[in-house]
Amino acid sequence: MKKITGMILGASLSAGMAAADDSTLAIAYNVSLPSWDATVGPSAVNPTIQSIYKSVFDQYIDQNPDLSFRPGLLTEWGWNEDGSKIRMVVREGALWHNGDPVTASDIVWSLERAGKEETGNPIQFLWSTIGNFTIDGNVIEADVLRYDPTIFKWMAFLTAYVLPKDYYESVGAEGFEKNPVGSGPYMVDEYVANSFARLKRFDGYWGPKPEFETVIFKFVPDASARVAEVETGASDITLEIPYEEYDRLAAKDGLEGVTTPVSDIGMIFINDVGVMEDSNVRKAAAHAINKNLIIERLLRGYGVRIDTLQAPQYSAFNPDTLVAYDPDLAKKLLAASGYSEENPVKFKIQTTRGFKPKDYEIIQVIAGMWKRVGIEAEIEVYEIAKHFDLRARDELAPAAFYNWGNSIGDPSTSTGFAMFGPSPHSTWDTEDLDAMIGPLWGEKDESRRIDGFKAVDAYIAENAMVIPLLQFVQPIVFREGLSVTPHVANFLLPQNVVSQ
Amino acid sequence: MLGVSVVVFAILRLVPGDPIAMMLPPGATEETRQNLERLYGMDKPLIEQYFIWLRDVLHLDFGMSTQFRLPVMEVIFNRLPVTLELVLLASIIALTLSFALSVLAVWIQRDGATLIIDGASGLTQAIPDFLWALIFIFFVTLYAPSIPISGRYDPRTAQDFITGFYLIEALITLRLGTFAELLRHAILPAFALALPLAASITRLLKSALEEAMSEDYAILARTKGKSRIAIILGEALRNALIPVIALTSVQLAFLIGGTVLIERLFSLPGIGSTAITAVVNRDLPLIQGVVLVFAALFIAINLISNGLYRLADPRLGKTDE
Repeated sequence: MKKITGMILGASLSAGMAAADDSTLAIAYNVSLPSWDATVGPSAVNPTIQSIYKSVFDQYIDQNPDLSFRPGLLTEWGWNEDGSKIRMVVREGALWHNGDPVTASDIVWSLERAGKEETGNPIQFLWSTIGNFTIDGNVIEADVLRYDPTIFKWMAFLTAYVLPKDYYESVGAEGFEKNPVGSGPYMVDEYVANSFARLKRFDGYWGPKPEFETVIFKFVPDASARVAEVETGASDITLEIPYEEYDRLAAKDGLEGVTTPVSDIGMIFINDVGVMEDSNVRKAAAHAINKNLIIERLLRGYGVRIDTLQAPQYSAFNPDTLVAYDPDLAKKLLAASGYSEENPVKFKIQTTRGFKPKDYEIIQVIAGMWKRVGIEAEIEVYEIAKHFDLRARDELAPAAFYNWGNSIGDPSTSTGFAMFGPSPHSTWDTEDLDAMIGPLWGEKDESRRIDGFKAVDAYIAENAMVIPLLQFVQPIVFREGLSVTPHVANFLLPQNVVSQ
Repeated sequence: MLGVSVVVFAILRLVPGDPIAMMLPPGATEETRQNLERLYGMDKPLIEQYFIWLRDVLHLDFGMSTQFRLPVMEVIFNRLPVTLELVLLASIIALTLSFALSVLAVWIQRDGATLIIDGASGLTQAIPDFLWALIFIFFVTLYAPSIPISGRYDPRTAQDFITGFYLIEALITLRLGTFAELLRHAILPAFALALPLAASITRLLKSALEEAMSEDYAILARTKGKSRIAIILGEALRNALIPVIALTSVQLAFLIGGTVLIERLFSLPGIGSTAITAVVNRDLPLIQGVVLVFAALFIAINLISNGLYRLADPRLGKTDE
């Protein structure tokens, strides 16, 4: 017993140095990675685990930390003049983690697999818009079966990862889950589901060599445990912690912090039912919300006010489209429809609690602001799974809080899918808006498409068809001596962490 | 088990939270939704889905986990040892603490000591296991930063085990350094789970021992000159065991349930933390599998406790003549 006690004490003393090893980066990560196939199943469309995928796999096209696009495994890409064909050039010299070269046939196989219904890729509807691939050396051409102006942006987005054809076919889906092989900067060394993934630097990586030889993603879903991880030195870096804790830790000796607005916004979906069919009610609800106050008081300043579904980093952001905080105007609008503080308009608002920072508290404050102008909102708390369920069935309450991620920053993947009636994600369903958005789906002139979405956003803002609230800010805390480049797409990439 | 299978299958499909809806990315169409429903077999009527699932379960095929993309049984059996070891360690801690404290309280018979033990066990029982876990994490952050609060072992090190029972395997193969490392990681979650159970057993065992010590056989033994501690350990303890076994078997079931939060807080890859991620991601095949395994464990615990009753009191196994 004495021997074991001695060993425990000895091990304890050495554990304090766990994260101080210069060649290892330990990340206390907020979610667990369930699957290594980044192209199928629910994990593939979970934005929060993309950082891990991006460490191991390459995408067709990559993104800079400011959301701009850069070459991934494709070095060139584009359409022909009439948009009937696409042409892609595959990077030469890229290797899989097993030493095999990355070839054009890997790219074609990955795209074709993604486009097949039976593989279960949730973005299959998009990948199936291209086909009839031909390969000439490292140049790939394909027919455009249905024109989608965002296809290349999607090549840097969800499920757009390239997998090794020969290896995958030889080991099968289950074999790949157990021994995944990618071509990214890190390769999987050990993975324990719900506990950690240990990655080793891939020396054959075609891009810049990451600084850390070993990266450990510890899956620590509880925020207080993540705070403890970084505070005790057991992990070098963590994210997604309460802003109060961020301020405390960033001010502490031995720790530093960085925050950045990310491609995730908080909004209130409006369902065009009941009282929400009255534009005065909707507009009053929008004008009565003091977003700046919410950001300052509730979120300690960590948020960026937005008035459309475009954050400032998105390609269709228009700083001139604004919805003023004007409670007097809200009262007048409600009075025009026969409502007042004494005779309030009543509706339900749904929200999650604890899914996003201060989500429930934000809605409580908004309900208070509404009450002052003559809106009585009944708050219903629900689980995020119920939100998805209700939204898919178009049965959300007249108002529902939600967050919307859009890491490629295209207006079609924010305003488009959130507001276009036939989309299963939309709760707003009116002919006037659909008539504006509809033609933009296939618009080949990029500047006309972007301008078109700006006009749609202005129309939505004017008619309060949705209430955008704020762009979330990601807090990252790390040990002194590290330098972290935050990514607007909300990635925490180990390849973007270096020693100072 | 059949009843459990019907209930869990029905409840999972009646509560809001469509797993296909959670899988739909921006831009998904109705066609995408129908395709995914077809792929996951959710396009068929509910009754048909149930009988397909039941038929497969009877062939020991619990389906594929939608999130892990592996067979459900493989996912469960990879994680079950983590939970069972945690529960075993917590039970050992709880029983050791409670037996020691109860015997001590009855032995020394001092009002002050009894008051302290009663007060401590009352307070310990009032705090649920997950709160103990948070208290430990807070304590470690402030005073003992070298004690690990996440994982089963240091992820910087590679481990080589044949079974999933790392602690037991390390002990049997005399890898004491590894055993110590594993124990160091398991100690906080095990204590968090054990303390409320230890408090319950202490209160019950102490009163059962006190009652036994007032029985005629104990008084007789005392008059024969036997020491108080010898009577407690030699005679009273065995008689006090029956209610303790009953309570422990019931509490063990709760202990397994308690691992759900404890494993999540300490990032342990057991069946409890898996159950949470399965629920959050609406991984219906995995939730069904986990519930059935939990149900089987509860039944096993009841059978074991019935056996232990008979060991503690052989009269229970005999029929009246």
